[in-house]
Amino acid sequence: MNILAIDTSNQVMTVAITRGGELIAETIINVKRNHSVGLMPAIDNLLKDANMLPKELDKIVVAKGPGSYTGVRIGLSTAKTMAWTLNIPVIGVSSLEILARNFFQSQDVICPFFDARRGLVYTGLYQETNLKKEEQNLLFSDWLVKLKDVEGKILFVSPDLSIHKETIKDILKEKAVFPPAIFHVPRASVLAEIAEEKEIEDVHALTPNYLRMVEAEAIWLKEQAEKNND
Amino acid sequence: MKDKDVYILGIETSCDETAVAIVKNGKETIANVVASQIESHKRFGGVVPEIASRHHVEQITMILEEALTEANMTMEEMDAIAVTEGPGLVGALLVGVNAAKALAFAHQKPLIGVHHIAGHIYANRLEKEFQFPLLSLVVSGGHTELILMEEHGDFKVIGETRDDAAGEAYDKVARTLQLPYPGGPKIDQLAKEGEASILFPRAWLEDGSYDFSFSGLKSAVINTLHNAKQRDKVIKKEDLAASFQESVVEVLVKKTFKAAEQFDVKQVIVAGGVAANSGLRTALEETFADKKFELMIPPLPLCTDNAAMIAAAGTIAYEQGHRAAWDLNANPSLDIEIYSARSNK
Ligand SMILES: [Zn+2]
Repeated sequence: MNILAIDTSNQVMTVAITRGGELIAETIINVKRNHSVGLMPAIDNLLKDANMLPKELDKIVVAKGPGSYTGVRIGLSTAKTMAWTLNIPVIGVSSLEILARNFFQSQDVICPFFDARRGLVYTGLYQETNLKKEEQNLLFSDWLVKLKDVEGKILFVSPDLSIHKETIKDILKEKAVFPPAIFHVPRASVLAEIAEEKEIEDVHALTPNYLRMVEAEAIWLKEQAEKNND
Repeated sequence: MKDKDVYILGIETSCDETAVAIVKNGKETIANVVASQIESHKRFGGVVPEIASRHHVEQITMILEEALTEANMTMEEMDAIAVTEGPGLVGALLVGVNAAKALAFAHQKPLIGVHHIAGHIYANRLEKEFQFPLLSLVVSGGHTELILMEEHGDFKVIGETRDDAAGEAYDKVARTLQLPYPGGPKIDQLAKEGEASILFPRAWLEDGSYDFSFSGLKSAVINTLHNAKQRDKVIKKEDLAASFQESVVEVLVKKTFKAAEQFDVKQVIVAGGVAANSGLRTALEETFADKKFELMIPPLPLCTDNAAMIAAAGTIAYEQGHRAAWDLNANPSLDIEIYSARSNK
C-alpha cells in the first residue's frame, strides 16, 4: 500500500510517502510561508524521489485541523480532489492527534495544543492512541485548571510551546512534562502511520476540523437567540 | 484538416459560487455546474469570506463530479485544467487553485491560471466568435472597466472606476433603501416600476477620460434620502431607484459608445454580473441599435460567475501556450494587463 500523507494545517508543512508501512520520503519545513505555493512542488518532488506516479498511490491521508483555516483548506482541497480523481480512499486526521502520536509509546497523558491567539488554544487530551478529553477551542488557563484533576504526569506537545510554557508551569507545576524541541513538530510519516488503522471516509463528506464557528455566524446566532428571548 | 478538439475543464471559486465546467474548443459548453451560496450569505447582508471558503471546500469534489457526469466525460479526456487565479477573495480562490493543481497533477495535465475578468469577457465567446478590435464593458460587484482587445488574450484597460464599482454602488444604495441582499437586482426591479424624477449627478470626469466614478452618485442618493426624511417628505423608493439607475446607465452607455467610436471596434461586448441589469441592457440595445458596432450581451446565466467562462478564457491561454507551474498561487489582486502580457511574451 502506497500512502501519501499531507499536513499543512499549521506553520509546519509536512508531506510523506510510505510503502507497505515503510517511510520512503518525507519533507518537513518549519518556516512561516505560503503552503499553497509549497505543497504541490513538495508532493511532486517526493513522488519523484520515491520513483512513483500519482496513479500508483493507494491512499491519501490529510491533517484536517484544527489550525490555520486557510492552511487546513489548502491541505483538504488538495487531498480530497486528488483522492476523488484517482478514485482512492482519503482519510482526515485531527492535527492534534498527529502531534500526540509523536509520543505513542508514552504511558503519560499527552496534551497537544496549537495557539489560537488572545489566550485561546486548540487542544485535547490523548493517552496512547485514544482521545481522553474532547478537542476544543478555549482559554488555555481554564483548560490547565481542569487538567489538575488528571492523574499522573502530562506531556505537553506543541509547536507553540514557548508562548505558553510559563503559564503551564505556573498552574501545573511538576505535573507538566516538556519533551525536547524537535518532538513538537508534526510529521507526515506519523500521519501516514495513523492512516493504516483509520476508517475510510466518504470523500465528499470530509470537512475541516475547525473547532470554531465563523465569527459572523456566532454573532448572528447570538442575536437570534436574544430576539427569541424578547 | 481541423486539429483535434480541445476540452478544458474550468474551476471558479473566486467569490460565493463553487463552479466547474467543461468547454469544447473554447466555444461550446459541454457541462456547466454552479453551486450558489447566496442563501448562506443573505442573512449577513453580503458575502462573508470565511463562510464562502468553508462552503467551497465542502462542495468542490461534488461539483467536479457533477460536471463530469453532466458531460459524460472522464478527466483523461481533458486537455488541461483552467482555474481562476484572481482577482477575488483569497481564501475562496485558494480552494479552487489547490483543487485544480491536484487534478492537473494527478493526471499529469497542463494547469492554467485564468484572470476572472478575462473569464467574464470570454463568456461571450460561448455565444459568438469574437471579431477584433473588440471593446468590452465589464461591470460587476467588484469591477467597472472598459477593456480593449486587439486579439485573443490581449487585454488593455482604457478606463476603470476610480472609486466604487458600479455593482458596489448598487449594493450600497440597496442597503440604504433596506432592500435584502443581493440588492442590485432589487433596484433594477424597483426602477422598472418608478420614474426617474430626481436628477442625480453624472460623473463624466475630464474630457476624453474613460474612467468612472460612482461614489459621488452614491452619496447624492444617500443625502437625498436623508434630507427628505428630515423634512418628513416621502420619496418613492421606485423613483429613487429609477433615478439612480438612470444616472449609472447613462454614464456607462455613453462612455462605452464613445470608446467604441474612438477605437473603431467591430464588436462591443458586455460582461459581468451587472450585465444582467435590464436597465443597462435596454439602454445599450437602444444606443447600439444602428448596428455600426455589433453589440453582444451574454444570456443571464453567463453574466454571473460560472466556470464555463474560465474554461473558455483558459482555452485561449492553453492555445497560446500559458502553463502554470505547481507553485501556482491565488492572487487576489491579479492585474489584467499583467495577465495579458503572458500572451505577448
Ligand atoms: Zn465575477
